Amino acid sequence: MTTGQDLELVSLTKRYGDTLAVDRVDHHFRAGSYACLLGPSGCGKSTTLRMIAGHEDPSDGSIVLGGADVSWLPPAKRGTAMMFQSYALFPHLSVSDNVSFSLKMKGVEAATRREKAGEMLELVHMTQFADRLPDQLSGGQQQRVALARALITNPQVLLLDEPLSALDPFLRIRMRAELKRLQRELGITFIHVTHSQDEALALADEIVVMNNAVIEQAGPAREVWGAPKTEFVARFMGGHNVIALPQGHFAIRADHLALTNAAEGRLDGRITGVEYQGANVLLTILAVGDQEVSAVLPEDQFFENPMQPGAEVGLSWKDSALHPVSA
Amino acid sequence: MRNLLKNRHLSGWLLAAPLSAVLLLFLVLPIVMIVVVSFWGATEFSIYPAFLFDNYAFLFGSPVTYSVFFNTFKYAAITWVFTLGIGFTVAYFLAFHVRTLTWQIALFLLCTIPFWTSNIIRMISWIPFLGRNGLANSTLISWGVIDEPVEWLLFSDFSVILAFVHLYTLFMVVPIFNTMMRIDRSLIEAAYDNGASGLQTLTNVIIPLTKPGIMIGSIFVVTLVMGDFITVRFMSGSQSANVGRLISNDIALLQYPSAAATAVVLLATVLLIIAVLLRFVDIRKEL
Repeated sequence: MTTGQDLELVSLTKRYGDTLAVDRVDHHFRAGSYACLLGPSGCGKSTTLRMIAGHEDPSDGSIVLGGADVSWLPPAKRGTAMMFQSYALFPHLSVSDNVSFSLKMKGVEAATRREKAGEMLELVHMTQFADRLPDQLSGGQQQRVALARALITNPQVLLLDEPLSALDPFLRIRMRAELKRLQRELGITFIHVTHSQDEALALADEIVVMNNAVIEQAGPAREVWGAPKTEFVARFMGGHNVIALPQGHFAIRADHLALTNAAEGRLDGRITGVEYQGANVLLTILAVGDQEVSAVLPEDQFFENPMQPGAEVGLSWKDSALHPVSA
Repeated sequence: MRNLLKNRHLSGWLLAAPLSAVLLLFLVLPIVMIVVVSFWGATEFSIYPAFLFDNYAFLFGSPVTYSVFFNTFKYAAITWVFTLGIGFTVAYFLAFHVRTLTWQIALFLLCTIPFWTSNIIRMISWIPFLGRNGLANSTLISWGVIDEPVEWLLFSDFSVILAFVHLYTLFMVVPIFNTMMRIDRSLIEAAYDNGASGLQTLTNVIIPLTKPGIMIGSIFVVTLVMGDFITVRFMSGSQSANVGRLISNDIALLQYPSAAATAVVLLATVLLIIAVLLRFVDIRKEL
């Protein structure tokens, strides 16, 4: 059901010559949700985002926002705003002028611009930096400014193109909490493109996994991670094994595998690697049929009965842990 | 000896020495020479070392000097306006409308082709085109635009400025193109995303970010035009004068002290102009 400012992609397609970058993608983003477009590089996620933003023209299909077709509107008229990967702050303008750039373009007078920019900077905790130039800010601060600049237009949908990839790991985790907080406070739709599973799992209400120009699977984070529908999703999300059984292919979480004595399990194998990871121990097992399988055991459980590489073991699992996947 | 070589200050000085020597010998020394000679005295047939202000007194006392300097400024200003207009447009087209690097390089090389011949040849080749019975006039007559040949096409301020613009536009294109290529393309998308029209993007983003390139190009063009004498002589048919011609005339008459004095004043003027230009824009990050 379409309500309020939902965003819908209808058979959205992008062709570059003979190559299909985005192939008839249909999707419905609920208003006020945090959605992550997740996929490896070249899967079409960025192109999809850029089409929503209006920086690429769709070859086919349409983009519907709040019931109106916005496919051919200029970016600023769509009710979307984009935050660029490299932030794209204007190096010659102060933080305050960067944030109020869109107001200046609309012809808003200077005093009002400054006031509005101040409000936005307060929202992202950057008030004291209003007069600095972007060069004088750290990566995380630049990002907050970029965020403020995107939000000043009061968009219904904020589009974020790999917003955290330029930050160091520590800052990345802090900024992602910040993004989530902002999204909750503002109540608008965030569409966030990323190739990091962790980021998507941590942030998203809904994860849309893309590969080869199409959506492989979309759904709430727990559903996508817990029950991958395709082999690609299972492998890309990580923490899963895809095993071939007589009944077909199945995805099973590495931490849902249990070890038994050899020949007592449902699948036999030999341990090829043991990796201590702190809370867990990661075992690499070569199972019958040359399948490499990883099993994650809680460390206390493993060290009750430690095993060395070369040991023959059996693998067992509960039936409910198996998820049939298509190739 | 070994300790001496290890001394970092000494090796630094040694490394800087060759360039310093070249600059001293070929830049500083000649300028000092000119300044010194500008105070010398001259008779009709000889020059003699002295410390006189006669040359400067004569220079600043003569109304010709002022009109010639005015003329030089006029040429520089008009040429600057046109080279900037054309240069910016060409650079903009190359940097933002030509999509592939291969085409950018190809078109850029195309711009430089005229530079494979000498200045003088390029200048002179205008003469048959612009002359009284030249190509331009005969074409205009055959089209019926004019009834009789236009006189001001050649040997006029028009032809001088035309030649200047033709000769020096590339000096504007290159630095502007160079700066434009360094503008992050996502800035333009960001401007578009923030509702800027094409013109607004140009005035609010591209021009401010291209300023250093514009400034470097302007310095090139202004210094070249201010110091030129041959273009003015050829293209005006010796009917107009600029400071360069004043100097070259003095030299032809062997009036070296007077030529030197004029050169010193010209040099000071050009340096002053550059100093003013540099106040507006910080070009250091371009270099």
